[in-house]
Amino acid sequence: MYKILSKEVLSNVVKLMDIEAPHVARKAAAGQFVIVRIDEFGERIPLTIADYNREKGSITIIFQELGKSTIQLGKLNPGDSLASFAGPLGHPTEIENFGTVVCMGGGVGIAPIYPIARALREAGNKVISIIGARTKELLFWEEKMRAVSDELIICTDDGSHGRKSLVTEPLKEILDNKANTIAKVWAIGPAIMMKFVTLTTKPYNVPTIVSLNTIMIDGTGMCGGCRVLLEEGAQFVCVDGPEFDGHKVDWDNLLSRLSFYKDEEKLAVEHYEHKCRIDGATVKGRE
Amino acid sequence: MAELKPAERMKIKRHEMPNQDPVVRSSNYEEVALGYTLETAKEEAERCLQCKDPKCVQGCPVGVLIPQFIKALREGDMVTAVKWMKVKNNLPAVCGRVCPQEVQCEGNCILSKKGEAVAIGRLERFVGDYELSQRTCPMVKAPKTGKKVAVVGSGPAGLTCAVDVAREGHDVTLFESLHGPGGVLIYGIPEFRLPKSVVHGEISYAAECLCIDIKTDHVIGRSFTLDELLSDFDAVFLGTGAGLPSFMRIPGINLNGVMSANEFLTRVNLMKAYQFPDYDTPVKLGKKVAVIGAGNVAMDAVRCSQRLMSLEAKKTGGSPGEAHIVYRRSKDEVPARAEEVHHAAEEGVIFDFLTNPIEILGDDKRKVRALRCVRMELGEPDASGRRKPVEIKGSEFDMEIDTVIMALGTNPNPIVFVDAEGLERTKYGTAVADNETGRTKKKRVWAGGDVVTGAATVISAMGAGKRAAADINKFLKGEAAWE
Ligand SMILES: Cc1cc2nc3c(=O)[nH]c(=O)nc-3n(C[C@H](O)[C@H](O)[C@H](O)COP(=O)(O)OP(=O)(O)OC[C@H]3O[C@@H](n4cnc5c(N)ncnc54)[C@H](O)[C@@H]3O)c2cc1C
Ligand SMILES: Cc1cc2nc3c(=O)[nH]c(=O)nc-3n(C[C@H](O)[C@H](O)[C@H](O)COP(=O)(O)OP(=O)(O)OC[C@H]3O[C@@H](n4cnc5c(N)ncnc54)[C@H](O)[C@@H]3O)c2cc1C
Ligand code: SF4
Ligand code: FES
Repeated sequence: MYKILSKEVLSNVVKLMDIEAPHVARKAAAGQFVIVRIDEFGERIPLTIADYNREKGSITIIFQELGKSTIQLGKLNPGDSLASFAGPLGHPTEIENFGTVVCMGGGVGIAPIYPIARALREAGNKVISIIGARTKELLFWEEKMRAVSDELIICTDDGSHGRKSLVTEPLKEILDNKANTIAKVWAIGPAIMMKFVTLTTKPYNVPTIVSLNTIMIDGTGMCGGCRVLLEEGAQFVCVDGPEFDGHKVDWDNLLSRLSFYKDEEKLAVEHYEHKCRIDGATVKGRE
Repeated sequence: MAELKPAERMKIKRHEMPNQDPVVRSSNYEEVALGYTLETAKEEAERCLQCKDPKCVQGCPVGVLIPQFIKALREGDMVTAVKWMKVKNNLPAVCGRVCPQEVQCEGNCILSKKGEAVAIGRLERFVGDYELSQRTCPMVKAPKTGKKVAVVGSGPAGLTCAVDVAREGHDVTLFESLHGPGGVLIYGIPEFRLPKSVVHGEISYAAECLCIDIKTDHVIGRSFTLDELLSDFDAVFLGTGAGLPSFMRIPGINLNGVMSANEFLTRVNLMKAYQFPDYDTPVKLGKKVAVIGAGNVAMDAVRCSQRLMSLEAKKTGGSPGEAHIVYRRSKDEVPARAEEVHHAAEEGVIFDFLTNPIEILGDDKRKVRALRCVRMELGEPDASGRRKPVEIKGSEFDMEIDTVIMALGTNPNPIVFVDAEGLERTKYGTAVADNETGRTKKKRVWAGGDVVTGAATVISAMGAGKRAAADINKFLKGEAAWE
């Protein structure tokens, strides 16, 4: 069992937790992920390693409450334990001094972009960061991002904070500005955002790394459920990724595969909420 | 029973295995084969001739002491039967259920030449089940040696190696990347063929008797590399199996509704999708499922599909749907265990032999709509001696299908080989290891089971685990140098 050491509410649907998992912490690096299972009944859900503390043997996860599993996870508190915590999985981000780079985080994607931006800055890059969310309440880590960026741009869809625009708008302006030579772009966020980021950078030929969040089961290369179509053929996100050259990804295929279990996911939430209400006692053990 | 003469023994008919009714079982997940009673088991044991030169044992990859355990069983001395069994086999309740007995012990049994072999597998299962409930615990740990052994992968190969090494008094740590031990036995083979309680029972029992430390959620190659293990342990055994699925190289494999058998079986068995939404992991099937391939994996996938569709139909009142096996060779070449093919047919599975898929067709929502196939005929024998299937020109046709499950075989997962300099592998990704000792090309590293042979059988993996354990024990005692 893996103990929850601390918990923080970052926005109304985004939460942070430190989990005790020394076997993951000893090797964890930016860009990698873990597979979490809450209890005996739980799914294996992939979550990015947002940070780690080797001395304490802990891993920081940040998650957005979307469906049954993440809602249930969000109800847990320090002292509670998780049934499984496997990792670190996937390849770490390749960090070098590239020159000037852009780091983009959309929604909960701000969490995994943070350690990447920090590492890039430490490696000597000039880091321009763009973070965005639908609305102000969903934004977090503005100050942390500012501390590791040479320049920080904030966008919200509704203009409640920062600039009222999608993250791709300021990106385009940066790319158009002749004073900048952008060596590389990182984008993490909803698939649709990453798709449009790659469409934006494509005409400028700027290499763009995305971190794909496909549906996963084992997370160790055993099921093939996480496969994506790239120009060179199908690849497994959990072992070949999770980072890929965004210009090679077949986004429409990815988007349609992500929505395959929509109905079942809805059913799972309904079932969970129904049980919580009607029969709180028996569900207790599961919370 | 009084002592019988061989002629009398040979007159006794082989005892049928009582099975759940096919109509009932095709919509539940309970075990199909119900097992012998003590009475039937003793009567079946009477059929054994106690051959001086028992051919059955030669057919068994781990050399189970078959005549000995059968004799004890026939005398009703279960404790002794268990003792004989456990000399060679630490997972009898598993093997009795999943071994291809017809080509191993039973295939070699002298009685099979003239009639029907002794039902060795069913007797083995009976003895295994007895021990699971009684725990007479004949496996004892020798005094501590202070030596440490890491076993990577908790399938049949790893479990067997761990048990045989732990018996000698070494400290054994078993690393498993999934959240539970058992390998294919828990994530692949379904409950109705091998109840998970049996697998968990046999594993936890052995681990308790022999103080084996099982560390789940540890992915070797990531959490620890092989080289790191070697600095902490005196010996390392790799039994990581062959879990990496292959997909056919045909158009349409990334459509929604195409899965590997591994994904499907893992959702259903390990994650219990057949109990969704009480368990959180779903699995989605339509009304017409095509499973491509005809090995044990394909049979398990098709029978799980049939059950899921029947369960769904029971809930919603619709029709139970169709589950197909699509196989490019003929019935005679089917590699699955005979009993499973028979059970599948009884449960209503449709077999499309001499049929090869060439394309998966999708609808406007990128969801599978049909499987384009071509008919095949058998030509000249190929290198394997099997007649090679060749396409019949112009015989293309479309099968209306909404789910395609690929059961085409698997390769070793490469993660364990990360930072394992010097560990030689073949072009198929399997580890190179000596067949007799399990030694790899890397010092103090042994390997066995599917990671060496490619997908094979439970018992052959156990055999490899046993041979490696014997060599590890010798090595740790200083009786066999590495050179
Ligand atoms: C490598 C990797 C790293 C990830 N890191 C994080 C992270 O750090 N923080 C975080 O909040 N999430 C992360 N995710 C996504 C996270 O795994 C899913 O949000 C989670 O599994 C949803 O589970 P659920 O049961 O709560 O919701 P579900 O009921 O499964 O889904 C609810 C809704 O979310 C959508 N959805 C489901 N799974 C995904 C997915 N994998 N990606 C995008 N949308 C999905 C569904 O279409 C549905 O609309 C990561 C995914 C991957 C593959
Ligand atoms: C669906 C199905 C049905 C089958 N039916 C039969 C049958 O009826 N009869 C029969 O004899 N055989 C059957 N087989 C084949 C048989 O199950 C295998 O040959 C056997 O399980 C191989 O054993 P193994 O110990 O080598 O590997 P596995 O059972 O594959 O176990 C390997 C274990 O290693 C773990 N692992 C992998 N990589 C790592 C890593 N890097 N770190 C830590 N752990 C790792 C895996 O998670 C797994 O638990 C079937 C196989 C399948 C898939
Ligand atoms: S070969 Fe058959 S009859 Fe002879 S000992 Fe073995 S099981 Fe008994
Ligand atoms: S999640 Fe199973 S192969 Fe990637």
